[in-house]
Amino acid sequence: MEKTFNNKAWFMVLPVVLLVAFSAVLPLMTVVNYSVQDTFGNNQFFWAGLQWFEEVLTSERLHDALIRQFIFSGVILAIQIPLGIAVSLCIPKRGVWSSFCLVLMALPLLIPWNVVGTIWQIFGRVDIGLLGATMAALGIDYNYTQNAAHAWITIVVMDVWHWTSLVALLCFAGLQSIPDAYYQAAKIDGASRWKIFRYIELPKMNRVLLIAVLLRFMDSFMIYTEPFVVTGGGPGNSTTLLSIDLVKMALGQFDLGPAAAFSIIYFLIILLLSWVFYTVMTNYGKGEGR
Amino acid sequence: MALDWMAWTWQTAAFFGCIGITLVGMTVWAVVAPQAPRMGILRFETTPGDRLFVSLLGSAFIHLGWLGLIGDPLWAASIVSVVYAAAVFRWV
Repeated sequence: MEKTFNNKAWFMVLPVVLLVAFSAVLPLMTVVNYSVQDTFGNNQFFWAGLQWFEEVLTSERLHDALIRQFIFSGVILAIQIPLGIAVSLCIPKRGVWSSFCLVLMALPLLIPWNVVGTIWQIFGRVDIGLLGATMAALGIDYNYTQNAAHAWITIVVMDVWHWTSLVALLCFAGLQSIPDAYYQAAKIDGASRWKIFRYIELPKMNRVLLIAVLLRFMDSFMIYTEPFVVTGGGPGNSTTLLSIDLVKMALGQFDLGPAAAFSIIYFLIILLLSWVFYTVMTNYGKGEGR
Repeated sequence: MALDWMAWTWQTAAFFGCIGITLVGMTVWAVVAPQAPRMGILRFETTPGDRLFVSLLGSAFIHLGWLGLIGDPLWAASIVSVVYAAAVFRWV
């Protein structure tokens, strides 16, 4: 087979490689260095071998945080993906109302994470928050600072409020790419609304849905700021997700060795999941017709 | 350059050195004898670079799993990893 590419072109990406090496690869290597050593400050390090990895891998604390993290991401996907699809189906296809809906939907996405956390932290308070006061007026004993279930409901609803728009906007973009001829053909065949969704809209949305699932899963898996501002990981450790636990360990306790080992395991889990999603996304449908 | 820069130890330096040599070796191999992507048992196309990535990532999890579930001796996990990497390069 004739060679159709020139390997010298790889030198064109050299500046990016150097930049990424400086900003990501070298810091990651530092974390690996920390993970096998112990320090008491003053830039003095002592060899610890794989002790921190053993400690972290057998730690109930990490297992609990990991389980909580998977539950959180699972709940987020289970709510946001169907809700985002449903919302996108309700947005008018064209006209002024379509633009209005799109702008309205985009607004939560523009609010910084810590501001969202602060909004919901105040919103849920029984003494000064609208949600908390309304719950109290309805006779519901709602208190996210003392009740774990209430804290979970609050951070899940907050994330749904913040990010469902992203799924809806992506799905809307997928829906807009469907030619009218598909709908006309379905109408001639007398297809029901459900069948139009199942056999026309959903298959046409699969690409954007995969992107939406990837983005929402990765983002929810690495979430830190919003739950930290609202609950601080509490009550107890009930909303201490992986990144909150990691920051507590690294900066709160200054346990650099265990925190570095924890970071590497966290990084490997994210790397594995990203690779799985990326592989599924790039190979989806390629095997059809073979 | 002093080894204590970035808290280096000879062990971590050797670890990254091995990964660096592997990457350089794979690059040279790809330039000398380019290989087209192929369809493996996972039913998607992979290049040698993909297979190296899967091998390294899988090896990391094999070592972590071994450390968390069994403990010593860790060199046994390394042997399992080499067998796993060979299988990935052969069949994936």
